[in-house]
Amino acid sequence: MKLNNQTIKQLRQGLKDKQFSSGELVNACLAEIEKRNQNLNAFITVCANQALEQAKKADELIKDGQDLPLLGIPIAIKDIFSTKNVKTTAASKVLSDYVPQYDATVVQKLKSAGAIIIGKTNLDAWAHGSSGENSDFGPTRNPWNEKYVPGGSSSGSAVSVASGMAMAATGTDTGGSIRLPASFTNTVGLKPTYGRVSRYGIIAMASSLDSIGHFTKTVEDSALLLSVTAGQDRFDATTPPENVPNYLKSLSNGVKGLKIGVPKEYITGIEPEILNNFQASLKTLEKLGAEIVNISLPNTESGIAVYYIIQPAEVSSNLARFDGIRYGNDRSFFGNEAKRRIMLGTFTLSVGYYDAYYKKAMRVRTLIIKDFEDAFTKVDAIVSPVSPTKPWKIGEKVNDPLKMYLSDVLTVNCNLAGIPGLSVPSGFINELPVGIQFLGPRFSEELLFRIGHAFEQTTKFYQKSPYEL
Amino acid sequence: MKIDVLHIAKLANLPLKKEEIAKYEEQLSSILAYIEKLKTVKTNNVQETSQVTGLENVTRDDSPAPSLSQTEALSNTKSKQNGSFKVKAIFE
Repeated sequence: MKLNNQTIKQLRQGLKDKQFSSGELVNACLAEIEKRNQNLNAFITVCANQALEQAKKADELIKDGQDLPLLGIPIAIKDIFSTKNVKTTAASKVLSDYVPQYDATVVQKLKSAGAIIIGKTNLDAWAHGSSGENSDFGPTRNPWNEKYVPGGSSSGSAVSVASGMAMAATGTDTGGSIRLPASFTNTVGLKPTYGRVSRYGIIAMASSLDSIGHFTKTVEDSALLLSVTAGQDRFDATTPPENVPNYLKSLSNGVKGLKIGVPKEYITGIEPEILNNFQASLKTLEKLGAEIVNISLPNTESGIAVYYIIQPAEVSSNLARFDGIRYGNDRSFFGNEAKRRIMLGTFTLSVGYYDAYYKKAMRVRTLIIKDFEDAFTKVDAIVSPVSPTKPWKIGEKVNDPLKMYLSDVLTVNCNLAGIPGLSVPSGFINELPVGIQFLGPRFSEELLFRIGHAFEQTTKFYQKSPYEL
Repeated sequence: MKIDVLHIAKLANLPLKKEEIAKYEEQLSSILAYIEKLKTVKTNNVQETSQVTGLENVTRDDSPAPSLSQTEALSNTKSKQNGSFKVKAIFE
């Protein structure tokens, strides 16, 4: 088996046992990028020289018997995370030549854990999008079929992991931007509890919703990465002092006796093939000993409307700082989707409309949170499909913004409530990947990993790769 | 609901091209028509949620620590003078 097809767990063992070096691993990733990035457009910047230098250092540390959680492992960073001395664009022409003077907290933590930054990945500009097509540097393509979108906004991160260009990749999830692309590329995507991972140094989209997570091949790797990135940060006042548990501890405890809820609102109006796939997943969970319980989250249908008031409002405020004076280019460089959201947010916050739109949305948000709170008194976790449809063709939804927005109908409520969500591969429809998500109460990541791991170790979809790696 | 795109663009300091106005008018109106459906949701006596952490008044010690040098802070600007950012005059 080629190096790129292994999990981080396997690679760490291989590095420790000197079966291969970090240099060889980095070279394998760079070769894959060289071969495929022209078509897939997953990376905006590749840090080849720096990565090889870092690998040399990592190999020396390994020789010295050092044991760091991600020592020598190549990781890709969504190009919305600030990286010291490495260009950070948010995939927008506004920041086409912006070079941060400091690292985001998460980048700093990954580096301290021994990880090697292999490059910066493509995204929908400013993380505005569900398909990866809104990038000012061209769309990212799905490695399973290049005619299709890989999902967004963390499009390049998902593709880099799916195609063996990186062993893990960071992402941001404001309304589904990690879980949706994970499900479209057969990777595992984690959106942690709001505040669990620091947002410092990550270009803000919607500050009350932005959650910082990652993509990996397996649930176990996802848990390992969260152990590195989670925790309070003095630079982000929304990170609580909540203890960071050992996420690997109960990973193999199975799902026997757990009650997992299926909200009826999440399985109405979805594509029949998605429903079939989901029902097969439920059978697997039942076989593993979980009890499937039908539940209702009555305010689900309001989710997208609430999200498309609150999110653009926060976007319009966050993007107001880009004036081209201290860094970047002026405001004429914003792309179509950013302009749409800035105007929508400016409108709903303007005099005479604030009460009718913004205040109303904040009230309905409370109802959506209460739905989840009620549900979690009856069940331990919730399961649903990630996307109501299969991956779609490039170009299919670009001229109809509302249609594109509705792709997030099953993911946004999790962000509005600030709870964690884990997207796990659930198989293939016409050779294109689909996924399911597990949702739990705030700070229940350990439980979600446990359920996801049990499901994944039975189904083993993660072993399939779009290429014979 | 029709949005006055030009007025909103002015508030948001967004330069728009003439040919963009009609397109945004149509797209924003269709999105607004969709979000209008919230009007039917009953929210009497429901509190507003503006953040979900429950944290309040988070402070830290105000102690000096190393920060960016002047050169570093200015490293991304295209417009500087004598170690400062150079901006257009506000008062003539």
